[in-house]
Amino acid sequence: MTEYVPAGAGTVTKYIVVESPTVTPAELAIRAYEVSHGLIIKETCFGLAINGKEEEVNGLIARLRAMDPDHIFVKDRGFPPGDPRRCRANLGGARPGFHGIEYETTILPYVSHGLEELRSRDPGSIPAPKNPLETKKLDVYMLKKLIEAQEP
Amino acid sequence: MAKIFIYPTTSLILSDLVARYGHTPLSSATAVRERVQTAGIESVPLQITPEEPKKGLRWAAVEVPSGVRGRMALYGPMIEACDAAIVIEDADFAFGCMGCARTNELVKYLIREKNVPRLDLDYPKNEDEGTRFVAAIRRFLADLGGTK
Repeated sequence: MTEYVPAGAGTVTKYIVVESPTVTPAELAIRAYEVSHGLIIKETCFGLAINGKEEEVNGLIARLRAMDPDHIFVKDRGFPPGDPRRCRANLGGARPGFHGIEYETTILPYVSHGLEELRSRDPGSIPAPKNPLETKKLDVYMLKKLIEAQEP
Repeated sequence: MAKIFIYPTTSLILSDLVARYGHTPLSSATAVRERVQTAGIESVPLQITPEEPKKGLRWAAVEVPSGVRGRMALYGPMIEACDAAIVIEDADFAFGCMGCARTNELVKYLIREKNVPRLDLDYPKNEDEGTRFVAAIRRFLADLGGTK
Protein backbone atom coordinates (compact mmCIF):
# COMPACT_ATOMS: atom_id res chain seq x y z
CA MET A 1 0.00 0.00 0.00
CA THR A 2 1.25 3.45 -0.95
CA GLU A 3 0.62 6.59 1.03
CA TYR A 4 -1.51 9.09 -0.86
CA VAL A 5 -0.71 12.78 -0.54
CA PRO A 6 -3.25 14.89 -2.44
CA ALA A 7 -2.12 17.75 -4.67
CA GLY A 8 -4.12 20.97 -4.83
CA ALA A 9 -6.08 20.38 -1.61
CA GLY A 10 -8.61 23.13 -0.89
CA THR A 11 -9.07 24.05 -4.54
CA VAL A 12 -12.01 23.43 -6.84
CA THR A 13 -12.09 22.50 -10.51
CA LYS A 14 -14.94 23.47 -12.78
CA TYR A 15 -15.71 22.74 -16.39
CA ILE A 16 -17.03 25.45 -18.66
CA VAL A 17 -18.81 23.99 -21.67
CA VAL A 18 -19.53 26.38 -24.52
CA GLU A 19 -22.16 25.55 -27.13
CA SER A 20 -22.43 28.92 -28.77
CA PRO A 21 -22.67 30.17 -32.36
CA THR A 22 -20.64 33.28 -31.45
CA VAL A 23 -18.07 32.20 -28.83
CA THR A 24 -15.46 29.46 -29.32
CA PRO A 25 -13.45 27.68 -26.60
CA ALA A 26 -10.32 29.47 -27.87
CA GLU A 27 -11.92 32.91 -27.43
CA LEU A 28 -13.12 31.89 -24.00
CA ALA A 29 -9.59 30.75 -23.07
CA ILE A 30 -8.03 34.04 -24.24
CA ARG A 31 -10.60 36.02 -22.21
CA ALA A 32 -9.96 33.77 -19.19
CA TYR A 33 -6.20 34.37 -19.37
CA GLU A 34 -6.83 38.12 -19.63
CA VAL A 35 -8.95 38.41 -16.49
CA SER A 36 -7.63 35.63 -14.22
CA HIS A 37 -4.83 35.81 -11.67
CA GLY A 38 -3.03 32.61 -10.76
CA LEU A 39 -5.74 30.18 -11.79
CA ILE A 40 -4.95 27.03 -13.77
CA ILE A 41 -6.83 27.22 -17.06
CA LYS A 42 -6.87 24.39 -19.56
CA GLU A 43 -8.53 24.73 -22.94
CA THR A 44 -10.42 21.66 -24.14
CA CYS A 45 -12.37 20.84 -27.29
CA PHE A 46 -15.66 21.72 -25.58
CA GLY A 47 -14.58 24.65 -23.38
CA LEU A 48 -12.30 25.09 -20.39
CA ALA A 49 -11.27 23.41 -17.16
CA ILE A 50 -10.45 25.93 -14.43
CA ASN A 51 -8.75 25.15 -11.14
CA GLY A 52 -8.11 27.41 -8.14
CA LYS A 53 -9.66 28.80 -4.98
CA GLU A 54 -13.46 28.61 -5.07
CA GLU A 55 -14.14 32.36 -4.85
CA GLU A 56 -11.62 33.14 -7.60
CA VAL A 57 -12.97 30.39 -9.87
CA ASN A 58 -16.57 31.55 -9.34
CA GLY A 59 -15.54 35.16 -10.04
CA LEU A 60 -13.87 34.16 -13.30
CA ILE A 61 -16.86 32.04 -14.32
CA ALA A 62 -19.23 34.97 -13.75
CA ARG A 63 -17.11 37.15 -16.05
CA LEU A 64 -16.83 34.45 -18.73
CA ARG A 65 -20.52 33.62 -18.58
CA ALA A 66 -21.30 37.26 -19.37
CA MET A 67 -19.90 36.68 -22.88
CA ASP A 68 -22.90 34.51 -23.81
CA PRO A 69 -24.98 33.65 -20.74
CA ASP A 70 -27.47 31.34 -22.43
CA HIS A 71 -24.86 29.24 -24.23
CA ILE A 72 -22.18 28.76 -21.55
CA PHE A 73 -22.70 25.96 -19.02
CA VAL A 74 -20.73 25.09 -15.90
CA LYS A 75 -20.29 21.95 -13.82
CA ASP A 76 -17.98 20.75 -11.05
CA ARG A 77 -15.15 18.32 -11.64
CA GLY A 78 -13.58 16.05 -9.02
CA PHE A 79 -10.05 15.92 -10.44
CA PRO A 80 -7.72 18.85 -11.20
CA PRO A 81 -6.94 19.55 -14.90
CA GLY A 82 -4.40 17.17 -16.42
CA ASP A 83 -4.56 14.70 -13.52
CA PRO A 84 -2.76 11.52 -14.77
CA ARG A 85 -5.53 9.34 -13.28
CA ARG A 86 -8.08 10.89 -15.63
CA CYS A 87 -6.28 12.75 -18.40
CA ARG A 88 -6.66 11.08 -21.80
CA ALA A 89 -3.03 11.95 -22.57
CA ASN A 90 -2.04 9.17 -20.17
CA LEU A 91 -4.92 6.74 -20.61
CA GLY A 92 -5.72 6.91 -24.29
CA GLY A 93 -9.19 7.50 -25.69
CA ALA A 94 -11.79 9.74 -24.17
CA ARG A 95 -11.93 9.88 -20.38
CA PRO A 96 -15.09 8.23 -18.98
CA GLY A 97 -16.82 11.48 -18.02
CA PHE A 98 -16.56 12.83 -21.56
CA HIS A 99 -19.31 10.54 -22.83
CA GLY A 100 -21.85 12.16 -20.49
CA ILE A 101 -20.83 15.64 -21.63
CA GLU A 102 -20.86 14.48 -25.26
CA TYR A 103 -24.44 13.21 -24.88
CA GLU A 104 -25.69 16.30 -23.06
CA THR A 105 -24.00 18.59 -25.59
CA THR A 106 -26.55 17.35 -28.15
CA ILE A 107 -29.31 18.62 -25.83
CA LEU A 108 -27.71 21.97 -24.92
CA PRO A 109 -29.19 23.84 -27.95
CA TYR A 110 -32.72 23.02 -26.67
CA VAL A 111 -31.80 24.18 -23.15
CA SER A 112 -30.22 27.35 -24.55
CA HIS A 113 -33.42 28.01 -26.50
CA GLY A 114 -35.41 27.57 -23.28
CA LEU A 115 -33.15 30.02 -21.42
CA GLU A 116 -33.56 32.59 -24.21
CA GLU A 117 -37.33 32.15 -24.27
CA LEU A 118 -37.59 32.67 -20.52
CA ARG A 119 -35.98 36.10 -20.87
CA SER A 120 -39.15 37.35 -22.53
CA ARG A 121 -41.81 34.95 -21.19
CA ASP A 122 -43.19 34.27 -17.75
CA PRO A 123 -42.29 30.71 -16.65
CA GLY A 124 -45.79 30.39 -15.16
CA SER A 125 -47.34 30.77 -18.62
CA ILE A 126 -45.38 27.83 -20.05
CA PRO A 127 -47.08 24.43 -19.71
CA ALA A 128 -45.40 21.73 -17.64
CA PRO A 129 -43.52 18.98 -19.50
CA LYS A 130 -44.93 15.49 -19.59
CA ASN A 131 -44.32 13.58 -16.36
CA PRO A 132 -42.21 10.53 -17.35
CA LEU A 133 -43.60 8.52 -14.44
CA GLU A 134 -47.10 8.77 -15.89
CA THR A 135 -46.01 7.21 -19.17
CA LYS A 136 -47.83 3.96 -19.60
CA LYS A 137 -45.47 1.01 -19.81
CA LEU A 138 -46.01 -1.95 -22.10
CA ASP A 139 -48.44 -4.26 -20.38
CA VAL A 140 -46.99 -7.74 -19.72
CA TYR A 141 -50.11 -9.43 -21.11
CA MET A 142 -49.87 -7.33 -24.27
CA LEU A 143 -46.19 -8.35 -24.56
CA LYS A 144 -47.16 -12.04 -24.24
CA LYS A 145 -49.79 -11.57 -26.91
CA LEU A 146 -47.25 -9.94 -29.22
CA ILE A 147 -44.77 -12.79 -28.68
CA GLU A 148 -47.40 -15.42 -29.37
CA ALA A 149 -48.57 -13.58 -32.47
CA GLN A 150 -45.13 -13.95 -34.08
CA GLU A 151 -45.10 -16.10 -37.14
CA PRO A 152 -42.96 -19.27 -36.86
CA MET B 1 -30.22 28.27 -0.80
CA ALA B 2 -31.33 24.64 -0.86
CA LYS B 3 -29.24 21.55 -1.55
CA ILE B 4 -30.58 19.84 -4.65
CA PHE B 5 -29.70 16.23 -5.43
CA ILE B 6 -29.41 15.79 -9.17
CA TYR B 7 -29.81 12.57 -11.10
CA PRO B 8 -27.81 11.73 -13.23
CA THR B 9 -25.32 12.88 -10.62
CA THR B 10 -22.84 13.84 -13.35
CA SER B 11 -25.34 15.92 -15.35
CA LEU B 12 -23.92 19.13 -16.79
CA ILE B 13 -27.37 20.53 -17.60
CA LEU B 14 -28.88 19.96 -14.15
CA SER B 15 -25.74 21.08 -12.34
CA ASP B 16 -25.69 24.32 -14.33
CA LEU B 17 -29.40 25.12 -14.05
CA VAL B 18 -29.52 24.46 -10.29
CA ALA B 19 -26.52 26.74 -9.67
CA ARG B 20 -27.82 29.32 -12.16
CA TYR B 21 -31.08 29.63 -10.22
CA GLY B 22 -29.37 30.10 -6.89
CA HIS B 23 -29.15 26.67 -5.27
CA THR B 24 -26.40 24.13 -4.54
CA PRO B 25 -26.28 21.06 -6.80
CA LEU B 26 -25.17 17.85 -5.08
CA SER B 27 -23.25 16.03 -7.79
CA SER B 28 -20.83 13.11 -7.89
CA ALA B 29 -17.96 15.49 -8.75
CA THR B 30 -18.08 17.08 -5.30
CA ALA B 31 -18.12 13.63 -3.64
CA VAL B 32 -15.17 12.47 -5.76
CA ARG B 33 -13.33 15.73 -5.03
CA GLU B 34 -13.60 15.09 -1.29
CA ARG B 35 -11.84 11.76 -1.73
CA VAL B 36 -9.26 12.99 -4.24
CA GLN B 37 -8.28 15.80 -1.86
CA THR B 38 -8.10 13.69 1.29
CA ALA B 39 -4.80 12.09 2.32
CA GLY B 40 -4.78 8.34 2.97
CA ILE B 41 -3.99 5.17 1.05
CA GLU B 42 -3.47 5.45 -2.68
CA SER B 43 -6.33 3.80 -4.52
CA VAL B 44 -6.46 4.87 -8.16
CA PRO B 45 -8.33 6.07 -10.07
CA LEU B 46 -11.15 7.44 -7.87
CA GLN B 47 -9.61 7.03 -4.40
CA ILE B 48 -12.37 4.58 -3.52
CA THR B 49 -10.77 2.45 -0.78
CA PRO B 50 -12.03 -0.79 0.81
CA GLU B 51 -13.61 1.44 3.46
CA GLU B 52 -16.27 2.75 1.04
CA PRO B 53 -18.22 -0.54 0.62
CA LYS B 54 -18.31 -0.72 4.44
CA LYS B 55 -19.77 2.77 4.62
CA GLY B 56 -22.27 1.74 1.93
CA LEU B 57 -23.75 -0.81 4.34
CA ARG B 58 -25.80 2.05 5.73
CA TRP B 59 -27.91 2.05 2.54
CA ALA B 60 -27.49 -1.44 1.08
CA ALA B 61 -27.40 -4.90 2.67
CA VAL B 62 -24.23 -6.98 2.94
CA GLU B 63 -25.45 -9.35 0.18
CA VAL B 64 -25.53 -6.45 -2.27
CA PRO B 65 -22.45 -6.32 -4.55
CA SER B 66 -19.59 -4.19 -3.26
CA GLY B 67 -19.81 -2.03 -6.40
CA VAL B 68 -23.27 -0.87 -5.34
CA ARG B 69 -22.20 -0.31 -1.74
CA GLY B 70 -19.08 1.57 -2.84
CA ARG B 71 -21.12 3.86 -5.04
CA MET B 72 -23.66 4.37 -2.25
CA ALA B 73 -20.81 5.64 -0.03
CA LEU B 74 -20.68 8.56 -2.48
CA TYR B 75 -24.38 9.05 -3.20
CA GLY B 76 -25.91 8.07 0.17
CA PRO B 77 -24.63 11.07 2.16
CA MET B 78 -25.79 13.41 -0.62
CA ILE B 79 -29.30 11.90 -0.58
CA GLU B 80 -29.42 12.31 3.19
CA ALA B 81 -28.26 15.93 2.94
CA CYS B 82 -30.55 17.02 0.11
CA ASP B 83 -33.59 19.29 0.52
CA ALA B 84 -35.04 18.43 -2.90
CA ALA B 85 -34.22 16.38 -5.97
CA ILE B 86 -34.41 16.66 -9.75
CA VAL B 87 -34.46 13.32 -11.57
CA ILE B 88 -34.12 12.75 -15.30
CA GLU B 89 -35.68 9.41 -16.07
CA ASP B 90 -34.36 8.71 -19.57
CA ALA B 91 -30.66 9.25 -18.81
CA ASP B 92 -29.29 6.22 -20.63
CA PHE B 93 -25.67 7.29 -20.19
CA ALA B 94 -26.01 6.83 -16.40
CA PHE B 95 -25.59 3.12 -17.12
CA GLY B 96 -22.43 2.21 -18.97
CA CYS B 97 -18.71 1.83 -18.40
CA MET B 98 -18.84 3.84 -15.17
CA GLY B 99 -22.50 3.43 -14.19
CA CYS B 100 -24.46 0.78 -12.37
CA ALA B 101 -28.14 0.11 -13.07
CA ARG B 102 -28.81 -1.39 -9.62
CA THR B 103 -27.25 1.61 -7.88
CA ASN B 104 -29.37 3.91 -10.04
CA GLU B 105 -32.53 2.05 -8.99
CA LEU B 106 -31.51 2.24 -5.34
CA VAL B 107 -30.75 5.96 -5.62
CA LYS B 108 -34.17 6.68 -7.14
CA TYR B 109 -35.86 4.51 -4.49
CA LEU B 110 -34.09 6.33 -1.64
CA ILE B 111 -35.10 9.72 -3.08
CA ARG B 112 -38.74 8.59 -3.23
CA GLU B 113 -38.55 7.25 0.33
CA LYS B 114 -37.02 10.48 1.62
CA ASN B 115 -40.22 12.28 0.63
CA VAL B 116 -38.59 15.58 -0.33
CA PRO B 117 -39.88 17.78 -3.20
CA ARG B 118 -38.97 15.97 -6.41
CA LEU B 119 -39.15 16.93 -10.06
CA ASP B 120 -39.22 14.09 -12.59
CA LEU B 121 -38.35 14.94 -16.16
CA ASP B 122 -37.20 13.50 -19.47
CA TYR B 123 -34.48 15.12 -21.56
CA PRO B 124 -35.97 17.59 -24.07
CA LYS B 125 -36.04 16.38 -27.67
CA ASN B 126 -36.85 19.68 -29.42
CA GLU B 127 -36.89 23.43 -28.75
CA ASP B 128 -40.45 23.49 -27.42
CA GLU B 129 -39.66 20.72 -24.95
CA GLY B 130 -36.46 22.58 -24.07
CA THR B 131 -38.49 25.65 -23.06
CA ARG B 132 -40.84 23.53 -20.96
CA PHE B 133 -37.87 21.71 -19.40
CA VAL B 134 -36.12 24.92 -18.31
CA ALA B 135 -39.38 26.57 -17.17
CA ALA B 136 -40.29 23.52 -15.05
CA ILE B 137 -36.89 23.53 -13.34
CA ARG B 138 -37.05 27.29 -12.78
CA ARG B 139 -40.55 27.07 -11.24
CA PHE B 140 -39.51 24.12 -9.06
CA LEU B 141 -36.42 25.93 -7.78
CA ALA B 142 -38.30 29.21 -7.29
CA ASP B 143 -40.79 27.37 -5.05
CA LEU B 144 -37.81 26.30 -2.93
CA GLY B 145 -36.74 29.92 -2.52
CA GLY B 146 -34.37 30.46 -5.44
CA THR B 147 -34.32 33.08 -8.20
CA LYS B 148 -37.80 33.94 -9.47
